[in-house]
Parts: sequence; C-alpha cells; structure tokens
Amino acid sequence: MKIAITSTGNSPESLLDHRFGRCAFFVVYDTESGATEFIPNPHKNAEDSAGPASVQMITSRKVNKIVSGEFGAKIKETLDSMKIQLIVLRKPGITIGRIIEMLNHANK
Amino acid sequence: MSPNLKRPRKILSPPPVKGFKPYGPDLDGKPAEPVMLLFEEYEALRLCDYDMLNHHHASQAMGVSRPTFTRIYASVRQKIARAFVEGRQITVEGGKVYFDSGWYHCSSCSCYFNNPEMQQAVTACPLCGSNAIGKAEGEPVSAFEVADTNDLCICPACGLELLHQPGQPCGQQTCPSCHTRMRRKGTPGCRMP
Repeated sequence: MKIAITSTGNSPESLLDHRFGRCAFFVVYDTESGATEFIPNPHKNAEDSAGPASVQMITSRKVNKIVSGEFGAKIKETLDSMKIQLIVLRKPGITIGRIIEMLNHANK
Repeated sequence: MSPNLKRPRKILSPPPVKGFKPYGPDLDGKPAEPVMLLFEEYEALRLCDYDMLNHHHASQAMGVSRPTFTRIYASVRQKIARAFVEGRQITVEGGKVYFDSGWYHCSSCSCYFNNPEMQQAVTACPLCGSNAIGKAEGEPVSAFEVADTNDLCICPACGLELLHQPGQPCGQQTCPSCHTRMRRKGTPGCRMP
C-alpha cells in the first residue's frame, strides 16, 4: 500500500506541510518495501486549482491514503469517488520520519 | 464555449439491493430489457418520497441545484412508471456520484480521517493503529477559518474596538457604549474626529 504525505522539505526530518495542494514536496511511502520517494510539487505556486492538479499527480502513483494538515473544499468528493482515504493531522511540528514510524506501527 | 461540468452528486446511503424483478404469468419466458436507474435517481427518490424532504432541502443534501434535483426526480418517476407499466426489471447502477464518507477522530494521535470504503467498518486509526477512535462531530475545523484577531470593527466616536464578525457588515452594527455606527478598522472613515 502506498501512502502520500505532504512535506515542507525533502528529508525525513522536515515537517508535515499543512496545505495539500500547495505543499513543497509529496512523500510517497510504500509500506511493503519501506521505500520513500520525495516528489517536488510543481503546483506549489499555482494561481488556482492546485488541489485538483495535485490530486491527479498523486493518483497517478496509485496512492491509497493521503496524510496532510488541510484539504481544500473540492478535494474530498473527488477522493471519495476514487476511494482514497484522507488523514488530517493538525498537530504542529510533526516530522515526516515520525509519521512514517506511526504508519509502520498501524500496519503491523 | 464549453458547458459547465456536471457536478458529482452526493449519495448518503447506497441502495440495499441491486435491483427489482417483476413476477406474474404473462412475464414468463420473455426477459425484457431492464430499466436502468442511476444511483443519483435512487437517492433523489429516497430523499423526496421516503425521507419526505422538499426539493430544496433534498437538492442541498445531494449537493446540486434545486432545478437539477427536480430534473433528476422527474427522470426517476418516469423510469419507475415505465418499469411498472411495461413489466420490466429495475437495475440500480451508474451515474456521476460519490458516496459521502463521514469523518472519524482518533484521540490517541489527535488526527481526523475518513472511511471511503463504506462497506468495511473502521476499527483502528489508520495512522497510529490505536483503537481509541470515534465519529467526529462535523468536519475537522479548518485552520484558516479561525477568526483573524487583526480584523476589527471600530467605533468612530469613542474608539471602541470589537472583533469583526464575518458576514455582518460593520456599518450595520452599533457601538454598545455610545450607539454610533461602527466602521471597519483600517478604512478611511474609521478615524476618530
């Protein structure tokens, strides 16, 4: 199973980005192989529809879950119809490494 | 000019069956073409005739406009009437819909999550694996919806400042101490005389 996490930087020490569409990096974490992939978000400075564009990019990688701090108004219905689970984390100052640790715990 | 995109219709509860079959002596041996009912049409019928909502409220529940809802509803009645009169099967399938999933809250890692697989019940938090989960009240509160403390209404006469309430024009509020019309702080008319 693949899980996407929005990140502010390209290392496991960087913090969770609280925006979905305009986050700096997407981390695609594969729970089976344990591989992480950092993808820079090309829609970071987009004027509009950064959310739908990011959804398209993420779904092309066959992701099942997305962890972020915030989702825009139109994201939930699109992802609901694609059966992708949203996880909203409001805790400030949480790192990508910590989230991956938590996810490993959940999937044991 | 391109037309407006068709809005996805929100379905709160999918039908418990896949369809309906007629029975009777005249129907044996000739399987007629079934009538295809869309999910959105089933939902329109459920909201309107089972839950007894009016078209206005039902349209809001499905996330479409009132005229669109009325068109969906008219279509479902036409289809059901055709199935009854012609003795056809009814199959519920298709349509541009999405199944609305509720929000859950995990008290162990304080995250919110939804469950798009409606058929399977959630037992553990997808993030930390804890069982301390429950249904969340409404949607998770957006960080951007928290009131801005720099957005103030000011009384031009006595200088009293109040937090601006979104959707309530300052010019329609009166100062609680001297009953002067309030102004938005930072606009030209807000300065003290």
